[in-house]
Amino acid sequence: MFWTVTLSLLEGFWMTLKLFGLTLAFAIPIGLVLGLGSMSRFKPLKKVVELLVWVIRGTPLLLQLIVIYYGPGLIFKMGSFWGSGATGRFVATLVAFVINYSCYFSVIYRGGIEAIPKGQYEAGQVLGMTKSQIFFKVILLQVIKRIVPPMSNEIITLVKDTSLARVIACYEIIWNAQAFIKSDGLIWPLFYTGVFYLLFSGLLTIFFGWLERKMDYFRV
Amino acid sequence: MPVLEIKNIHKSFGATHVLKGIDFSLERGESIAIIGSSGSGKTTLLRCINFLETPNEGTIHVDGKLIFDAKDPETQKESEIRKKRLHFGMVFQSFNLFPQYTALGNVMLASELLAKERPDYKENRRQIHAEIEEKAKTILTRVGLAEKMDLYPHQLSGGQQQRVAIARALAMEPDILCFDEPTSALDPELTGEVLRVIRGLAEQKTTMIIVTHEMAFARDVADRVIFMDEGVIVEQGPSHQVIEHPQQERTKQFLSRYSEQA
Repeated sequence: MFWTVTLSLLEGFWMTLKLFGLTLAFAIPIGLVLGLGSMSRFKPLKKVVELLVWVIRGTPLLLQLIVIYYGPGLIFKMGSFWGSGATGRFVATLVAFVINYSCYFSVIYRGGIEAIPKGQYEAGQVLGMTKSQIFFKVILLQVIKRIVPPMSNEIITLVKDTSLARVIACYEIIWNAQAFIKSDGLIWPLFYTGVFYLLFSGLLTIFFGWLERKMDYFRV
Repeated sequence: MPVLEIKNIHKSFGATHVLKGIDFSLERGESIAIIGSSGSGKTTLLRCINFLETPNEGTIHVDGKLIFDAKDPETQKESEIRKKRLHFGMVFQSFNLFPQYTALGNVMLASELLAKERPDYKENRRQIHAEIEEKAKTILTRVGLAEKMDLYPHQLSGGQQQRVAIARALAMEPDILCFDEPTSALDPELTGEVLRVIRGLAEQKTTMIIVTHEMAFARDVADRVIFMDEGVIVEQGPSHQVIEHPQQERTKQFLSRYSEQA
């Protein structure tokens, strides 16, 4: 039974990892676009981004999942917008996660960029550097150093947030564990999922610690 | 011909008129100190000269060539401003070193980026790099940091950081080197080493504009002193004369307040 459970949980965890990886792959760049948008001198763009960030950060991800999954179908009166299959549910979940995490990341990026003293840009300017040279050679690494700790927090939170996906029947690890309650009356598979989360977030913690040490040679 | 000629520079921030028509010129090899109380516009003037602020009115000539005219947008194109900035070097009050580079890296960075624009960069990359490094090391040695080249800014004292900043500015071989209160952010016991370096530059006839609160230093090192108050030049002349025998009432008041504090 232990192996059956482990296999099933591994299968669910693969889904968890896919959701985790794809969310990061999209939310990291989209967050940057939103972050730059929220710093734009073009007021309407800035306001729209700020509104989006406020709505997304001000409501539970669980609710966002439900709204994104059922909302479009209701609005366009087309039954299920995302299709009825598991793929559709996964895509809907991914969209919700990407929107949610992009907003959180955008705030972190913005904080990281705005924390760079004006003097760094000016020092580059008076040395005759171009804007892009200043950004890539002077600013970027300082921003990265500043955002790694808050980003690692969010990313470790994402590992655990993936468990929310089960609310729209996305077969991630907790969904698979719960299935054993119904089919075999077993509760321990649910507890067992904790090991998977712990191992994975442990690995991430080690990775981010390494990354921070890599940039320990300078101070910002 | 003066190396730098500033005519009728005006600068306002919103309703605040900070510079109200500044005129002065600077000969090659000459160093001038600009003194005045906080808010008199000294720093803004320096920032205008370095294109960090755009004056609302006035012209700037370098070696007789017009490089800025508030009336002529042609002189204010971003791409050209970048080149024009290279006439000037700037040392900031707060050093503004790049934290992720060593002292040597800070001094080399801009030269290396500029070298990439040279047509022969690809063929002679190694040689160009070696030359830049050699020059940077020579300059760092000159400011007394031969032993500290491989340290990062946070490993250096304030005085050492400021000397790296001076070396960084010198590496671009500017026609005119500007200092914006270079010792104001330093602990008193560290100002000496920075002032000594600037004094050395003056002895080697480096063309400099030094905004400073160190009156004795201005008197001893600068050839000329300009006293600014409320956005205008109130008095200027040979440094000993202005500091020791000021002619204008406002200069006298300022200097007497200063000697009381000191």
